[in-house]
Amino acid sequence: MGANLFVNYGEAVAAVLFGIGFGNLLLQKNLIKKIIGLNIMDSAVYLFLAEKGYIIGRTAPIVTGGVQSVEAYINPIPSGLVLTGIVVSVSVSALMLSLTIRLYRRYHTLDLDQISLMIKKEEET
Amino acid sequence: MDFICNFPFFSILISLFSGTICSVLPGKAAKWVNTFVIVLIGAMSAALLWYLLGTGESFVYMMGHFPAPWGNEIRAGVLEAATALFFCIVMLLSMWGGRKKLMEEVEPSKHNLYYILVNLLLSSLLALIYTNDLFTAYVFVEINTIAACGLIMIRQIGRTLEAAVRYMIMSLVGSGMLLIGICMMYDLTGHLLMSNIQESVTAIIEEGTYVIPLVMAIALMVIGLAIKSALFPFHAWLPDAYGYSTISSAAILSSLVSKGYIFLLIKIIYRVVGFRIFHDTHIINVLFVFGLMAMIFGSLSAIKENDIRRMIAFSSVAQIGYIYVGIGLGTQVGMLASVYHIFAHAAGKALLFIAAIGLTDVSGFSRKFIDLTGAGYRNKIAGIGFTVGSLSMVGVPVFAGFVSKLLFAQAAVNNVGKMLPTLIALGISTILNAIYFMKTVIRIYTPRPDAPYESVAIGKEKLYAVSIVLFIALNIMLGMSSQPVVDAIHAGLEMFG
Amino acid sequence: MSRKKTEQEYRKTFAFHFFRWLNGEKDPYLGEVEMKPQEPYKETEEEVKARIREKNMISRRLYGVAKSKEMKGLERFYKAASIIFCCILIYLLLFTVSYLPPVGTADRPVNNEVPQRYIENGLQETGAVNIVSGMILDYRAFDTLGESHVLFVATVTVLILLRLDKKKKNDGEISIEEAEANDRIYEPKNDAILQMAAFVLVPIIIIFGIYVILNGHLGPGGGFSGGAIIGAGLILYLNAFGFQKTERFFTEKTYKWISFGSLSFYCIAKSYSFFTGANHLHNIIPKGTPGAILSSGLILPLNIAVGLVVACTMYAFYAMFRKGGF
Repeated sequence: MGANLFVNYGEAVAAVLFGIGFGNLLLQKNLIKKIIGLNIMDSAVYLFLAEKGYIIGRTAPIVTGGVQSVEAYINPIPSGLVLTGIVVSVSVSALMLSLTIRLYRRYHTLDLDQISLMIKKEEET
Repeated sequence: MDFICNFPFFSILISLFSGTICSVLPGKAAKWVNTFVIVLIGAMSAALLWYLLGTGESFVYMMGHFPAPWGNEIRAGVLEAATALFFCIVMLLSMWGGRKKLMEEVEPSKHNLYYILVNLLLSSLLALIYTNDLFTAYVFVEINTIAACGLIMIRQIGRTLEAAVRYMIMSLVGSGMLLIGICMMYDLTGHLLMSNIQESVTAIIEEGTYVIPLVMAIALMVIGLAIKSALFPFHAWLPDAYGYSTISSAAILSSLVSKGYIFLLIKIIYRVVGFRIFHDTHIINVLFVFGLMAMIFGSLSAIKENDIRRMIAFSSVAQIGYIYVGIGLGTQVGMLASVYHIFAHAAGKALLFIAAIGLTDVSGFSRKFIDLTGAGYRNKIAGIGFTVGSLSMVGVPVFAGFVSKLLFAQAAVNNVGKMLPTLIALGISTILNAIYFMKTVIRIYTPRPDAPYESVAIGKEKLYAVSIVLFIALNIMLGMSSQPVVDAIHAGLEMFG
Repeated sequence: MSRKKTEQEYRKTFAFHFFRWLNGEKDPYLGEVEMKPQEPYKETEEEVKARIREKNMISRRLYGVAKSKEMKGLERFYKAASIIFCCILIYLLLFTVSYLPPVGTADRPVNNEVPQRYIENGLQETGAVNIVSGMILDYRAFDTLGESHVLFVATVTVLILLRLDKKKKNDGEISIEEAEANDRIYEPKNDAILQMAAFVLVPIIIIFGIYVILNGHLGPGGGFSGGAIIGAGLILYLNAFGFQKTERFFTEKTYKWISFGSLSFYCIAKSYSFFTGANHLHNIIPKGTPGAILSSGLILPLNIAVGLVVACTMYAFYAMFRKGGF
């Protein structure tokens, strides 16, 4: 382990959250829980990015009082990237939720494995 | 700057804008817009390729008023233009070949939505090809993923919906890893533009402070893209997605979507990390091993399959394995073979899917081999197309697959350490390929006089026949006159480095 | 405790009524109507039998395959492999984080000449007081163009999945009429509290959303956040007053044309600025005085376009999820 684990505690939390979300996405059988896992994963990435931009003692990058020196503001790039990331995550969640609705309407269950078994049975008969 | 340098930018924007236009058009008009846009972009890419071969130099194009590290950029070289042209051709032919099925399988009121997806998919592929910025690449990877998911589930049966869910889950795992890899890369280098990152990466390697996180960032990006392009252990979603979606979607997904990610990966290897540095990390061996496994296990699964379209889908897994083995060899020749195989596989696999649908349609819509007996006589053009596609995949001379196998063998001989496993796997995989493809070809040409199915005349479905004939021509052209293509790829890779 | 009043007297006092209301025994809105608790769901014996039979049949048919040994083993293997994979991933990420440059300091590779120019010259070059807005809509506008199309393509997929076009019933799918009938369950039954709250809140929410959009280049805010706020306001209005009211100003056609108009404006405006930028042509769009509401060139109109698209998209998502149509 390197020296900066406890200095970068925010990023460490983001890493753990990412892993948790990842695990949920892979392990949960319930589709809604999978989507929750996905959202945890995305949030972890935003936390990670937000930590990147932060500099102690500086303010948000909105020009106030005509001050335009680098010393006054945090790095604006990660904030912009987070904005883009949020839109992507909203879109993906909407798509996953609507897929879930369709599957639920048809098979009346949220368990993906059961759904695939039902589909197989459906085709055999 | 010449006016022709605007063409990459025009291609991306036109296809993006045509997606928006299709949302207010009825299905029929959207179809024409789609065809027109693909043809136009293909023509522009061809002109650009000709121009670039003339000048012999790549160029960067500023997206906006701000130069390199501040604004976005796109970059065009020979390889980019050639790939764009090739993707347009394959996409157009796939759309033609599957048009009749599309009309049957998709609700009429949703036709225009299908064309929106295809247009946006094309624009995202073009953006992945041309981009010079990692974060732009991420955004367009997401468009690509969502549009591909839409293509899978537009035929709304249980199988495709389930396949779409599985596809999305795998893809999201992949994009999550890609995104966090990009973030780490940004943290270490302070740039998002590929050329600037490469400078910083070289500096970091020399300095030696941040080498460990740098290797991790590269690994995360590479594994993310490998998952998205269905490398062997992550291919669970693939057979259903390719096997049950409407045929144009299957052809486009197998031949273009996964190749878009692989192209981005190659671009990252050359333009972000640098070929030498990437070669020195051990990630390359991981890709090599998984590629070898994919070559063998994909073919084995294909042999076991009793459903023609799922068999072709499993063959895709094996073929993607070939591409990763080429990357994993870590030599210029290996990379060349991989890029050539991207083309050869795209041409061959799309042809196989399109031909397979013609065969199943004259066998009572059954995909079981037993029903396909004699289908080659009932739909002659599809039978010929399937045979050509199979021969190309197996690697018979004259067809495209032969050249790529030859290139792989050459590349393997160049790399002493990895020669033996590559050649053995290549041999085994070729034999297995031959077993399942020839089995199918023999099956469709076994006469069955008592078959209760109608046969189809060649002239009846003109567009379908035209697309199959053009695909066959494409395969033979890639196989017969491979030298100019190989030269162009070589020039393109030189421009990358 | 001794009681000073008799029971009958006590019943007439205000305190008695107050405590009854407080305990929920009486609803002041309904006058003297008695509130009956809902009857518990009861099944007849035959229904129970039918349910059990069905359940057994399903599990026999499903688990005949599912619970075979091979499948079970595979499932366990998958679980174990996933857990191990996740643990390794977490460990690797933590390991990497421990080597990353320290957070919060200014001398990291991230703080190079790129953010320096954004901060020092952003106001002059883009005209936006909010540096993040200037960055995403001017310096790195291509990313943002892609991002708005991510939202667009997601809407298209949601429309494919959930929009109901069939007039007739077709194996397993529901038709438009049925969806209408189902939707009556969710229709508000003229809920006075909800309607009153919506009456007060919706205008405030929408005005706040408009403020956030128009202020995107001057302070925190922007098209996406403002659009999401307006979309939330529209959804609240819909929940309070039902589709019959919203239909008067928002149908599928409105949605189609608004999103088409805004996205094409976005595309064309940005194409113009990319084209002039790359070919070193003069850009005719004025920057204005920084800080004024009409300033910063294209950023304000782009924010408005994005806001419109997002507001309509959020509303469309809700309508699609609820009944599959507007």
